[in-house]
Amino acid sequence: MNLAAAPGFHVPPVSELFEFRPIFSFAVGGIEFHVTFITLLMFGLTFLLAALFVAGFRRATVIPGKLQNALEAGVDGVREQIVAPILGSDSERFMPLLTAMFFFVFAMNFMEIIPPINFPISSRMAIPAFFAGLSYVIFNYLGIKNQGPIKYFKGILFPPGVPKAIYVILTPIEFMSTFIFRPLTMAVRLFANMMAGHVMLTIFFLASAYFLYRADSLFLKVIFPGPFVLSIILVGFELFIGLIQAFIITILAAVYIQGALHPEH
Amino acid sequence: MEMLLAQAAETTISVAAIGKGLVYGLAAIGPGIGIGLIFGNAIQAIARQPEAAGLVRPIMFLGFALAEALALLGFVLFFLIT
Repeated sequence: MNLAAAPGFHVPPVSELFEFRPIFSFAVGGIEFHVTFITLLMFGLTFLLAALFVAGFRRATVIPGKLQNALEAGVDGVREQIVAPILGSDSERFMPLLTAMFFFVFAMNFMEIIPPINFPISSRMAIPAFFAGLSYVIFNYLGIKNQGPIKYFKGILFPPGVPKAIYVILTPIEFMSTFIFRPLTMAVRLFANMMAGHVMLTIFFLASAYFLYRADSLFLKVIFPGPFVLSIILVGFELFIGLIQAFIITILAAVYIQGALHPEH
Repeated sequence: MEMLLAQAAETTISVAAIGKGLVYGLAAIGPGIGIGLIFGNAIQAIARQPEAAGLVRPIMFLGFALAEALALLGFVLFFLIT
Protein backbone atom coordinates (compact mmCIF):
# COMPACT_ATOMS: atom_id res chain seq x y z
CA MET A 1 0.00 0.00 0.00
CA ASN A 2 1.34 3.39 -0.80
CA LEU A 3 0.39 6.79 0.49
CA ALA A 4 -1.09 7.93 -2.78
CA ALA A 5 -3.69 5.17 -2.52
CA ALA A 6 -5.14 6.56 0.71
CA PRO A 7 -8.94 6.46 0.78
CA GLY A 8 -10.49 8.91 -1.63
CA PHE A 9 -7.43 9.59 -3.75
CA HIS A 10 -7.10 7.19 -6.64
CA VAL A 11 -3.93 7.07 -8.72
CA PRO A 12 -4.38 5.09 -11.92
CA PRO A 13 -2.06 2.07 -12.09
CA VAL A 14 0.81 2.16 -14.55
CA SER A 15 -0.97 -0.21 -16.94
CA GLU A 16 -3.82 2.27 -17.21
CA LEU A 17 -1.45 5.18 -17.83
CA PHE A 18 0.74 3.62 -20.47
CA GLU A 19 -1.40 1.07 -22.28
CA PHE A 20 -3.74 1.99 -25.08
CA ARG A 21 -6.53 -0.05 -26.59
CA PRO A 22 -5.62 -1.06 -30.16
CA ILE A 23 -7.66 0.75 -32.79
CA PHE A 24 -7.20 -2.11 -35.22
CA SER A 25 -4.99 -5.17 -35.39
CA PHE A 26 -3.57 -7.24 -38.19
CA ALA A 27 -1.25 -10.19 -38.46
CA VAL A 28 1.69 -10.65 -40.80
CA GLY A 29 3.22 -14.11 -40.86
CA GLY A 30 1.88 -15.09 -37.45
CA ILE A 31 3.06 -11.92 -35.72
CA GLU A 32 0.23 -9.73 -34.49
CA PHE A 33 0.49 -5.98 -34.88
CA HIS A 34 -1.72 -3.76 -32.78
CA VAL A 35 -2.12 -0.23 -34.04
CA THR A 36 -2.94 2.12 -31.17
CA PHE A 37 -3.45 5.84 -30.97
CA ILE A 38 0.25 6.14 -30.10
CA THR A 39 1.34 4.28 -33.23
CA LEU A 40 -0.77 6.57 -35.39
CA LEU A 41 0.57 9.61 -33.54
CA MET A 42 4.14 8.45 -34.14
CA PHE A 43 3.56 8.07 -37.88
CA GLY A 44 1.78 11.40 -37.93
CA LEU A 45 4.74 13.08 -36.25
CA THR A 46 7.14 11.48 -38.72
CA PHE A 47 5.22 12.87 -41.66
CA LEU A 48 4.76 16.23 -39.95
CA LEU A 49 8.49 16.61 -39.31
CA ALA A 50 9.35 15.48 -42.84
CA ALA A 51 6.82 17.90 -44.30
CA LEU A 52 8.13 20.72 -42.12
CA PHE A 53 11.71 20.18 -43.25
CA VAL A 54 10.73 19.80 -46.89
CA ALA A 55 8.62 22.97 -46.74
CA GLY A 56 11.43 24.85 -45.04
CA PHE A 57 14.35 23.78 -47.18
CA ARG A 58 12.96 22.85 -50.58
CA ARG A 59 13.39 26.35 -51.91
CA ALA A 60 16.09 27.60 -49.58
CA THR A 61 16.85 31.26 -50.13
CA VAL A 62 19.80 33.36 -49.07
CA ILE A 63 17.50 35.61 -47.09
CA PRO A 64 15.52 32.97 -45.17
CA GLY A 65 11.80 33.15 -44.59
CA LYS A 66 10.29 32.60 -41.16
CA LEU A 67 10.08 28.80 -41.36
CA GLN A 68 13.49 28.42 -42.95
CA ASN A 69 14.99 30.71 -40.34
CA ALA A 70 13.56 28.71 -37.45
CA LEU A 71 14.61 25.36 -38.93
CA GLU A 72 18.07 26.68 -39.75
CA ALA A 73 18.48 27.75 -36.13
CA GLY A 74 17.52 24.23 -35.03
CA VAL A 75 19.80 22.42 -37.46
CA ASP A 76 22.61 24.83 -36.68
CA GLY A 77 22.14 24.18 -32.98
CA VAL A 78 22.48 20.44 -33.55
CA ARG A 79 25.58 20.98 -35.66
CA GLU A 80 27.33 23.42 -33.34
CA GLN A 81 26.38 21.88 -30.00
CA ILE A 82 26.31 18.15 -30.68
CA VAL A 83 27.87 16.99 -33.91
CA ALA A 84 30.78 19.30 -34.70
CA PRO A 85 32.47 19.28 -31.24
CA ILE A 86 32.48 15.48 -31.18
CA LEU A 87 32.78 14.23 -34.74
CA GLY A 88 34.90 17.10 -36.08
CA SER A 89 35.78 16.57 -39.74
CA ASP A 90 33.41 13.59 -40.05
CA SER A 91 30.41 15.63 -38.95
CA GLU A 92 28.88 16.23 -42.40
CA ARG A 93 28.54 12.49 -43.03
CA PHE A 94 26.47 11.97 -39.89
CA MET A 95 24.51 15.21 -39.82
CA PRO A 96 21.38 13.75 -41.51
CA LEU A 97 21.19 10.79 -39.12
CA LEU A 98 21.84 12.74 -35.94
CA THR A 99 19.66 15.71 -36.90
CA ALA A 100 16.75 13.41 -37.68
CA MET A 101 17.33 11.55 -34.43
CA PHE A 102 17.40 14.72 -32.35
CA PHE A 103 14.30 16.28 -33.87
CA PHE A 104 12.30 13.07 -33.87
CA VAL A 105 13.09 12.24 -30.25
CA PHE A 106 12.43 15.82 -29.21
CA ALA A 107 9.10 15.89 -31.03
CA MET A 108 8.06 12.67 -29.34
CA ASN A 109 9.09 13.94 -25.92
CA PHE A 110 7.31 17.21 -26.66
CA MET A 111 3.96 15.40 -26.97
CA GLU A 112 4.03 15.15 -23.16
CA ILE A 113 2.98 18.77 -22.84
CA ILE A 114 0.64 19.16 -25.84
CA PRO A 115 -2.79 19.41 -24.14
CA PRO A 116 -5.08 16.97 -25.98
CA ILE A 117 -2.38 14.32 -26.21
CA ASN A 118 -0.32 14.67 -23.03
CA PHE A 119 1.56 11.46 -23.56
CA PRO A 120 5.30 11.19 -24.26
CA ILE A 121 5.48 8.69 -27.10
CA SER A 122 9.06 7.84 -26.15
CA SER A 123 7.83 6.40 -22.85
CA ARG A 124 6.83 3.30 -24.77
CA MET A 125 9.94 1.11 -24.60
CA ALA A 126 9.88 0.12 -28.27
CA ILE A 127 10.88 3.60 -29.44
CA PRO A 128 13.96 4.21 -27.25
CA ALA A 129 14.91 0.58 -27.89
CA PHE A 130 14.77 1.22 -31.62
CA PHE A 131 17.08 4.24 -31.37
CA ALA A 132 19.50 2.36 -29.13
CA GLY A 133 19.51 -0.61 -31.49
CA LEU A 134 20.01 1.66 -34.48
CA SER A 135 23.06 3.37 -33.01
CA TYR A 136 24.38 0.01 -31.77
CA VAL A 137 24.25 -1.45 -35.28
CA ILE A 138 25.73 1.72 -36.79
CA PHE A 139 28.69 2.09 -34.47
CA ASN A 140 29.59 -1.60 -34.62
CA TYR A 141 29.29 -1.59 -38.41
CA LEU A 142 31.44 1.54 -38.71
CA GLY A 143 34.05 0.15 -36.32
CA ILE A 144 34.33 -3.14 -38.19
CA LYS A 145 34.37 -1.40 -41.56
CA ASN A 146 36.90 1.26 -40.60
CA GLN A 147 39.32 -0.74 -38.51
CA GLY A 148 38.68 -4.33 -39.55
CA PRO A 149 36.99 -6.78 -37.19
CA ILE A 150 40.10 -7.99 -35.36
CA LYS A 151 41.57 -4.56 -34.69
CA TYR A 152 38.15 -3.18 -33.69
CA PHE A 153 37.36 -5.85 -31.11
CA LYS A 154 40.97 -5.88 -29.88
CA GLY A 155 40.85 -2.12 -29.39
CA ILE A 156 37.71 -2.39 -27.29
CA LEU A 157 38.47 -5.52 -25.30
CA PHE A 158 42.22 -4.94 -24.82
CA PRO A 159 42.76 -1.18 -24.66
CA PRO A 160 46.44 -0.38 -25.10
CA GLY A 161 48.67 1.12 -22.43
CA VAL A 162 47.50 -1.05 -19.57
CA PRO A 163 49.62 -3.55 -17.60
CA LYS A 164 48.94 -7.11 -18.79
CA ALA A 165 47.58 -8.37 -15.45
CA ILE A 166 44.84 -5.73 -15.42
CA TYR A 167 43.23 -7.28 -18.51
CA VAL A 168 41.80 -10.04 -16.30
CA ILE A 169 39.32 -7.57 -14.84
CA LEU A 170 39.38 -4.89 -17.53
CA THR A 171 38.33 -7.08 -20.47
CA PRO A 172 35.05 -8.32 -18.93
CA ILE A 173 34.21 -4.78 -17.80
CA GLU A 174 34.91 -3.34 -21.24
CA PHE A 175 32.92 -6.10 -22.90
CA MET A 176 29.90 -5.55 -20.64
CA SER A 177 30.02 -1.78 -20.87
CA THR A 178 30.45 -1.59 -24.65
CA PHE A 179 28.31 -4.38 -25.99
CA ILE A 180 25.62 -4.78 -23.34
CA PHE A 181 25.30 -1.65 -21.24
CA ARG A 182 25.66 0.87 -24.08
CA PRO A 183 22.45 -0.03 -25.93
CA LEU A 184 20.65 -1.04 -22.75
CA THR A 185 21.28 2.20 -20.90
CA MET A 186 20.69 4.35 -23.97
CA ALA A 187 17.21 2.87 -24.29
CA VAL A 188 16.40 2.77 -20.59
CA ARG A 189 17.61 6.34 -20.00
CA LEU A 190 15.16 7.90 -22.43
CA PHE A 191 12.35 5.54 -21.45
CA ALA A 192 12.85 6.04 -17.70
CA ASN A 193 13.02 9.81 -17.90
CA MET A 194 9.91 10.17 -20.01
CA MET A 195 7.96 7.61 -18.03
CA ALA A 196 8.87 9.14 -14.69
CA GLY A 197 7.92 12.57 -16.01
CA HIS A 198 4.54 11.34 -17.19
CA VAL A 199 3.77 9.64 -13.86
CA MET A 200 4.91 12.73 -11.95
CA LEU A 201 2.70 15.10 -13.97
CA THR A 202 -0.25 12.72 -13.63
CA ILE A 203 0.09 12.54 -9.86
CA PHE A 204 0.51 16.29 -9.44
CA PHE A 205 -2.46 17.24 -11.61
CA LEU A 206 -4.69 14.57 -10.11
CA ALA A 207 -3.67 15.70 -6.64
CA SER A 208 -4.47 19.35 -7.34
CA ALA A 209 -7.89 18.38 -8.73
CA TYR A 210 -8.48 16.18 -5.71
CA PHE A 211 -7.44 18.92 -3.27
CA LEU A 212 -9.82 21.43 -4.80
CA TYR A 213 -12.92 19.40 -5.63
CA ARG A 214 -13.04 16.10 -3.83
CA ALA A 215 -11.25 16.46 -0.52
CA ASP A 216 -13.45 16.93 2.54
CA SER A 217 -11.09 18.96 4.66
CA LEU A 218 -11.01 22.72 4.30
CA PHE A 219 -7.24 22.69 4.91
CA LEU A 220 -6.63 20.79 1.66
CA LYS A 221 -8.82 23.25 -0.26
CA VAL A 222 -6.83 26.17 1.18
CA ILE A 223 -3.43 24.76 0.26
CA PHE A 224 -4.64 23.72 -3.22
CA PRO A 225 -2.64 26.46 -5.07
CA GLY A 226 0.59 24.80 -3.88
CA PRO A 227 0.39 21.59 -5.94
CA PHE A 228 -1.42 23.39 -8.76
CA VAL A 229 1.31 26.00 -9.28
CA LEU A 230 3.96 23.35 -8.82
CA SER A 231 2.39 21.15 -11.50
CA ILE A 232 2.37 24.07 -13.94
CA ILE A 233 6.06 24.64 -13.21
CA LEU A 234 6.65 20.92 -13.70
CA VAL A 235 5.19 21.15 -17.21
CA GLY A 236 7.97 23.59 -18.06
CA PHE A 237 10.42 21.27 -16.35
CA GLU A 238 9.19 18.38 -18.52
CA LEU A 239 9.80 20.45 -21.65
CA PHE A 240 13.35 21.01 -20.43
CA ILE A 241 13.80 17.29 -19.65
CA GLY A 242 12.52 16.36 -23.10
CA LEU A 243 15.04 18.67 -24.72
CA ILE A 244 17.88 17.41 -22.52
CA GLN A 245 17.06 13.77 -23.20
CA ALA A 246 16.92 14.34 -26.97
CA PHE A 247 20.28 16.11 -26.64
CA ILE A 248 21.82 13.30 -24.60
CA ILE A 249 20.66 10.43 -26.82
CA THR A 250 22.02 12.26 -29.88
CA ILE A 251 25.31 13.18 -28.25
CA LEU A 252 25.81 9.60 -27.04
CA ALA A 253 25.16 8.26 -30.54
CA ALA A 254 27.76 10.77 -31.81
CA VAL A 255 30.26 9.76 -29.12
CA TYR A 256 29.85 6.05 -29.90
CA ILE A 257 30.24 6.70 -33.63
CA GLN A 258 33.34 8.78 -32.99
CA GLY A 259 34.80 6.01 -30.82
CA ALA A 260 34.28 3.50 -33.63
CA LEU A 261 35.79 5.80 -36.27
CA HIS A 262 38.85 6.92 -34.32
CA PRO A 263 39.98 4.45 -31.68
CA GLU A 264 42.12 5.61 -28.78
CA HIS A 265 45.76 5.19 -29.59
CA MET B 1 -5.95 -18.76 10.05
CA GLU B 2 -7.27 -17.13 6.91
CA MET B 3 -6.96 -13.71 8.47
CA LEU B 4 -3.35 -14.45 9.36
CA LEU B 5 -2.65 -15.49 5.77
CA ALA B 6 -4.25 -12.34 4.42
CA GLN B 7 -2.21 -10.30 6.85
CA ALA B 8 0.97 -12.08 5.79
CA ALA B 9 0.16 -11.39 2.14
CA GLU B 10 -0.40 -7.72 2.91
CA THR B 11 2.91 -7.57 4.78
CA THR B 12 4.71 -9.16 1.82
CA ILE B 13 3.22 -6.57 -0.52
CA SER B 14 4.24 -3.67 1.69
CA VAL B 15 7.74 -5.09 2.17
CA ALA B 16 8.02 -5.37 -1.61
CA ALA B 17 6.89 -1.75 -1.95
CA ILE B 18 9.52 -0.60 0.56
CA GLY B 19 12.09 -2.74 -1.23
CA LYS B 20 11.18 -1.19 -4.57
CA GLY B 21 11.63 2.30 -3.19
CA LEU B 22 14.88 1.42 -1.46
CA VAL B 23 16.36 -0.31 -4.52
CA TYR B 24 16.13 2.74 -6.69
CA GLY B 25 17.04 5.16 -3.90
CA LEU B 26 20.16 3.21 -2.97
CA ALA B 27 21.12 2.57 -6.58
CA ALA B 28 21.00 6.32 -7.26
CA ILE B 29 23.46 7.33 -4.51
CA GLY B 30 26.67 6.09 -6.09
CA PRO B 31 25.93 7.25 -9.65
CA GLY B 32 24.79 10.60 -8.24
CA ILE B 33 28.17 11.15 -6.63
CA GLY B 34 29.94 9.78 -9.70
CA ILE B 35 28.09 11.98 -12.19
CA GLY B 36 28.75 15.00 -9.98
CA LEU B 37 32.46 14.22 -9.95
CA ILE B 38 32.55 13.65 -13.72
CA PHE B 39 30.81 16.89 -14.67
CA GLY B 40 32.57 18.90 -11.97
CA ASN B 41 35.98 17.79 -13.11
CA ALA B 42 35.08 18.25 -16.77
CA ILE B 43 34.01 21.83 -16.04
CA GLN B 44 37.26 22.43 -14.20
CA ALA B 45 39.27 20.97 -17.03
CA ILE B 46 37.49 23.08 -19.65
CA ALA B 47 37.74 26.21 -17.50
CA ARG B 48 41.48 25.74 -17.07
CA GLN B 49 42.12 24.83 -20.67
CA PRO B 50 39.30 25.89 -23.01
CA GLU B 51 41.14 24.49 -26.05
CA ALA B 52 40.81 21.00 -24.54
CA ALA B 53 36.99 21.19 -24.58
CA GLY B 54 36.75 19.09 -27.75
CA LEU B 55 38.89 16.41 -26.15
CA VAL B 56 37.16 16.48 -22.77
CA ARG B 57 33.55 16.49 -23.96
CA PRO B 58 33.32 12.99 -25.52
CA ILE B 59 35.17 11.46 -22.57
CA MET B 60 32.85 13.32 -20.20
CA PHE B 61 29.75 11.91 -21.89
CA LEU B 62 31.22 8.40 -22.01
CA GLY B 63 31.91 8.55 -18.29
CA PHE B 64 28.49 10.00 -17.61
CA ALA B 65 26.81 7.22 -19.59
CA LEU B 66 28.80 4.55 -17.76
CA ALA B 67 28.08 6.00 -14.31
CA GLU B 68 24.41 6.48 -15.02
CA ALA B 69 24.18 2.86 -16.19
CA LEU B 70 24.27 1.77 -12.55
CA ALA B 71 21.35 4.00 -11.60
CA LEU B 72 19.42 2.72 -14.61
CA LEU B 73 20.07 -0.87 -13.56
CA GLY B 74 18.43 0.07 -10.27
CA PHE B 75 15.48 1.43 -12.23
CA VAL B 76 15.17 -1.86 -14.13
CA LEU B 77 15.34 -3.80 -10.84
CA PHE B 78 12.49 -1.61 -9.57
CA PHE B 79 10.28 -3.23 -12.19
CA LEU B 80 11.65 -6.72 -11.65
CA ILE B 81 10.74 -6.81 -7.94
CA THR B 82 7.18 -7.98 -7.53
